[in-house]
Amino acid sequence: METLLPILIVVGILALVAISAYNGLVTGRNRVDEALGQIQVQLKRRYDLIPNLVEAVKGQQGFEKGVLESVTRARAAAVSAGESGSAADQAKAENLLTGSLRTLFANVEAYPTLRSNENVMQLQEQLASTENQIGFSRQHYNASVLSYNNSVQSFPGVIFARAFGFAVRDFFDAPDAEEAAPQVKLS
Amino acid sequence: MATFYDLAAENRRRSLLLVLIVVAILVALATSAGIALTGTVDSALPFTGVSFLLGFLLTLGAWFGGDRAVLAAAGAKPLDPQAGLEEQQLDNIVTELSLAANLPKPKVYVIDDTALNAFATGRDPAHASVAVTRGLMAKLDREEMGGVIGHELSHVRNFDIRYGLLVAALVGSLALLSDLILRYAFWGGGRRRSDDREGGNALQALFVVLAIVLAVLAPIAARMVQLAVSRQREYLADASGVELTRNPEGLERALAKLAGDKEVLEVATKATAHLYMVNPVKRFEARAAGFLATHPPISDRINRLRALRGARPLAAASES
Repeated sequence: METLLPILIVVGILALVAISAYNGLVTGRNRVDEALGQIQVQLKRRYDLIPNLVEAVKGQQGFEKGVLESVTRARAAAVSAGESGSAADQAKAENLLTGSLRTLFANVEAYPTLRSNENVMQLQEQLASTENQIGFSRQHYNASVLSYNNSVQSFPGVIFARAFGFAVRDFFDAPDAEEAAPQVKLS
Repeated sequence: MATFYDLAAENRRRSLLLVLIVVAILVALATSAGIALTGTVDSALPFTGVSFLLGFLLTLGAWFGGDRAVLAAAGAKPLDPQAGLEEQQLDNIVTELSLAANLPKPKVYVIDDTALNAFATGRDPAHASVAVTRGLMAKLDREEMGGVIGHELSHVRNFDIRYGLLVAALVGSLALLSDLILRYAFWGGGRRRSDDREGGNALQALFVVLAIVLAVLAPIAARMVQLAVSRQREYLADASGVELTRNPEGLERALAKLAGDKEVLEVATKATAHLYMVNPVKRFEARAAGFLATHPPISDRINRLRALRGARPLAAASES
């Protein structure tokens, strides 16, 4: 009995360390999943808002049809990429959609009747806000991935991570178009 | 560089300390007033007991109902995001920036006043509210409003709101109470002494003096606490708000508009002035840099923001 006690204490401490490391990994993974889910909710909201805006703008005399068509097409591509494609494909399609929406917003600016249309302005505000929310959610997602990956790759998590199947996650990379610094014309 | 975890922990500590100090002042005031009125330490015991209970109830009230009291005092009404484009935009901005700050979305309120101001209150981020005036909604564009909301959310995240709320509720009621005691010591207490029933009790006279001294000193001391904390917090909230929006110019332009606004926010009182974005009581602004200011001068805040983005400071503009 006397000799068993120290061994029991050591085993107990090791078990506690293992449990807390395991729980930490689970918490981190759940945070990453939650952050990812949040982004999906906002992307979905954006898909839902776009047809309304297209519908509201369509009636405007002389509005460029090509702009609306490219938005509708980009939306459809993003939806299907989200359902079937890889994360990288989805990010690419989303980025195209963002670009075409910007063009749409810029076009709306040119029509005073649209700018004074409460419905159009409200839809545009909702879309702009959703866009910002997506951006902040991605920031949050990357922060959660960083802290989760750190716990997977560092001691003591690294011992259990492989055994229990905790894999490192990928960061969301800003698409190339957004990485490129805006060109400033000095003239 | 202190993280917001450190700042929040510090604010929790300071909040606890504030409660203890206020209760101690309350008990000291009531006990000395009790001794002055009854003549002996033993018979002043009920005063001590009642003041302990009062301090406890005050703290409970401030903790659970303080935010509602502050909002009601400012006449703030819950925002209806469906009411129009401005309301929608404000609601969206709060949603976005709470996401950026990783905070639960606070409740949003509108103060029906044309003055330009905003404040945040609540006991913790899960029970927080942000209020802006209708004038602010009308005069600020999206980026500027983002700057203001970012500033307010930093107060929420740093737990500045808890400390500010306790200061407003506790120091406010303490000032009220010592005012009452002061009046009673002069009128009621005076009559009683002239009855000459208890004779020339030296101890009693001593405590009358002490009660009056305490009653005069307490609100001044409390006010000092309130002032000393508030200015540094504003600079910090400006800086960490910009960290959320990543747009120093938005807040900078908003502050410039707020500085140009000459209107006085009628609903702000001395007990709640420190909660606001900029000092709502404009005649204090002239000595804003002085010892008695709750807020730093706006031009100084703008220049600190300009330094953040590497712009040259503005020439010291005269503020009024």
